[in-house]
Amino acid sequence: MKKPLTVRIGLSTCGIAAGGNKTFARFGEQLTARNLAVDLKKTGCIGLCYHEPLVDILTEDGHVYTYGAVTEDKVPTLIDEHISGGRIVHDLLINDDKSKVTARQVKIALRNCGLIDPDSIADYINEGGYTALKTVLSSMTPDQVSEEITASGLRGRGGAGFPTGLKWRLTRQSPGSPKYVVCNADEGDPGAFMDRSIVEGDPHSIVEGMLIAAYAIGATEGHIYIRAEYPLAIAKMQKALDDADEHGYLGEKILSSSFSFTLKIKKGAGAFVCGEETALIASLEGKRGMPLLKPPFPAQKGLWQKPTTINNVETFANVPWIIREGAKRFAAFGTAKSKGTKVFALAGKINNGGLVEVPIGMPLREIIFDIGGGIQGGKRFKGVQLGGPSGGCLPEEELDTIVDYDELVQKGAMMGSGGMIVMDETTCMVDIARFFLNFTKDESCGKCVHCRLGTKRMLEILELITAGKAAAEDLALLEELASNVKEGSLCGLGQTAPNPVLTTLKYFRHEYEEHITQKKCRAHVCKALLQYIINEKCVGCGLCVKRCPVDAISGERRKLHAIDGDKCIKCGRCVEACKFDAILVE
Amino acid sequence: MSAVCACSEKNGFSYCSIDEVLQKYSCDGNAIIPILQDIQENLGYVPKDCIEYIGEKLSVAPARIYGVVTFYTQFRLTPRGKHSIMLCVGTACHVGGAEKISDCITEELGIKGGETTDDRLVTFEKVACIGCCSLAPVAIVNGETIAKLTPDKTRTVIAELKAD
Repeated sequence: MKKPLTVRIGLSTCGIAAGGNKTFARFGEQLTARNLAVDLKKTGCIGLCYHEPLVDILTEDGHVYTYGAVTEDKVPTLIDEHISGGRIVHDLLINDDKSKVTARQVKIALRNCGLIDPDSIADYINEGGYTALKTVLSSMTPDQVSEEITASGLRGRGGAGFPTGLKWRLTRQSPGSPKYVVCNADEGDPGAFMDRSIVEGDPHSIVEGMLIAAYAIGATEGHIYIRAEYPLAIAKMQKALDDADEHGYLGEKILSSSFSFTLKIKKGAGAFVCGEETALIASLEGKRGMPLLKPPFPAQKGLWQKPTTINNVETFANVPWIIREGAKRFAAFGTAKSKGTKVFALAGKINNGGLVEVPIGMPLREIIFDIGGGIQGGKRFKGVQLGGPSGGCLPEEELDTIVDYDELVQKGAMMGSGGMIVMDETTCMVDIARFFLNFTKDESCGKCVHCRLGTKRMLEILELITAGKAAAEDLALLEELASNVKEGSLCGLGQTAPNPVLTTLKYFRHEYEEHITQKKCRAHVCKALLQYIINEKCVGCGLCVKRCPVDAISGERRKLHAIDGDKCIKCGRCVEACKFDAILVE
Repeated sequence: MSAVCACSEKNGFSYCSIDEVLQKYSCDGNAIIPILQDIQENLGYVPKDCIEYIGEKLSVAPARIYGVVTFYTQFRLTPRGKHSIMLCVGTACHVGGAEKISDCITEELGIKGGETTDDRLVTFEKVACIGCCSLAPVAIVNGETIAKLTPDKTRTVIAELKAD
């Protein structure tokens, strides 16, 4: 084996949450203590979140050995065996699994994530960073840039899928000055974390993308709107901005051209609706984030009433690659109407939870089973929620649907930002609809009556259903309300809020009906419909009696116990306590 | 204003710290959100009593500032507890059983999401997605992320906070 040169540790939020910082510190200590001449590097997220903390050992011939679940206690072994001894630690090595998961992926937006040090502008430049900017400034007119992006077929990755090149051209053509570029990094969709990963893992790709956009539309000022809940992303981006400034990629007369551009971070204060562009602009202006009627579109009248282009993080991250590699290469991936790749965040009851980037047009089945590794614990797949609270839930029969903006909308779901929550037989679809509606109800800004009150009334009906108190006719009322909320709302939040309800009603209606007529929740999630029963496996050990907070369990020692259904609050502690599987939930 | 802080600590906070923030942003009425973020960063919350004061300094109606404070979930009008538990209730965590964890915290501390214990020991908040979906259910306790929570693990964590 060749000599190990570099140890690279994934320290995005996911890596840190799994203990990556401790692993990093331990490596630092041990390498110094043993006087080993090995570089220790930080990097972002490579997408294999289920293997965190991840450690790569790079050898002088360029081979990468990837180790998974390297908690700090495993560091000495790894150093003894691999770095000092030259022996691979097979128990921790995940190279095979990694190549299986990445084989079908095409990394464009995520091209540098998990490979370079996000704090190092030199690393980014080494990978060809800022060459696209140089090309644009030295040999392209602004219109040529928009045309190139249009030719690539790139559409907005935030969810709506508006053609990016067209948006730029419209902003350029709108009268008014100055013009603005805004990056929407207010990733509010619960279950989506691709924007966070890109900002944390490759912030310069966004800066470069925004610079190119600014040149194309004629903007001199830009803002990056990042959620305050992403402190690490904010820190990485600030470092990137400072470094870009120092290297002359930001500021006055960039790279000795006549083009000047300044870029600032604005921290979002926690409002899902601010993902909507007019609401985001209101928030940038220091107001409550409430959407406005369109038109005028932000391209005409945006920030401070001036022409403004707003694009999502992933959209910007694609831009330098397109300029560098050419629109044709980008357009070679994808379907007739949706080009390129899309990043998806796989989460929920899936084995290989993490980030994947695939060519648009891949069937859901391939993403979930071939890349995602299928369902945890050998359970049965039930549904997949795409596009978060605005999206929809598709069942097994629809797994051959391809991921494509238009195909997904046709099925009642949507691409959205790319969240993909996989659900198995232990997930109740009525509860999921209730969950999303509770979210949109909370996040409705309150401007439109249908969104403000309609979502609340819909939620009340769903709560009745999950409590076993609904009547059959409530479903019709729910559907009527859903179509009214869709039609009576100004912005995307209200227009799409009923989607989770409508799609679960379409594909899982039997579950709703079971809740209503049989008072049964087949997934054993809806508490009010559950019954806890002790069966004959009970040996009368009394452990459950001790754990029950409401004294609902009684029985003689060493004899079969019983639960008083009237007293039971269904907290589930007895099930946790029982060592004999004697407590059944029905 | 004199170099030495002349204001007394009324209502548990000093107006000087607020003045500093206002000066940093040159009393720009368009910078309400970053101003409030900085005040909260310094004090841990946005005291209700300072809203009128800020309004006066920025020449903005206090109602508008109050409107901003109550619109965004980040802002708090009450002081925080010594410890903080931020439970993620995003989709992946919900599917992974976050509600059970939430019930467990409520049972152990007697407070719901968004509340602080009477002794100001713990503030319990629910947040929608902190982006660690593959480690669900997740909570951030005093800045440290705790992955794959179970009710038992939660009770241990809370016991540690209480022992402090």
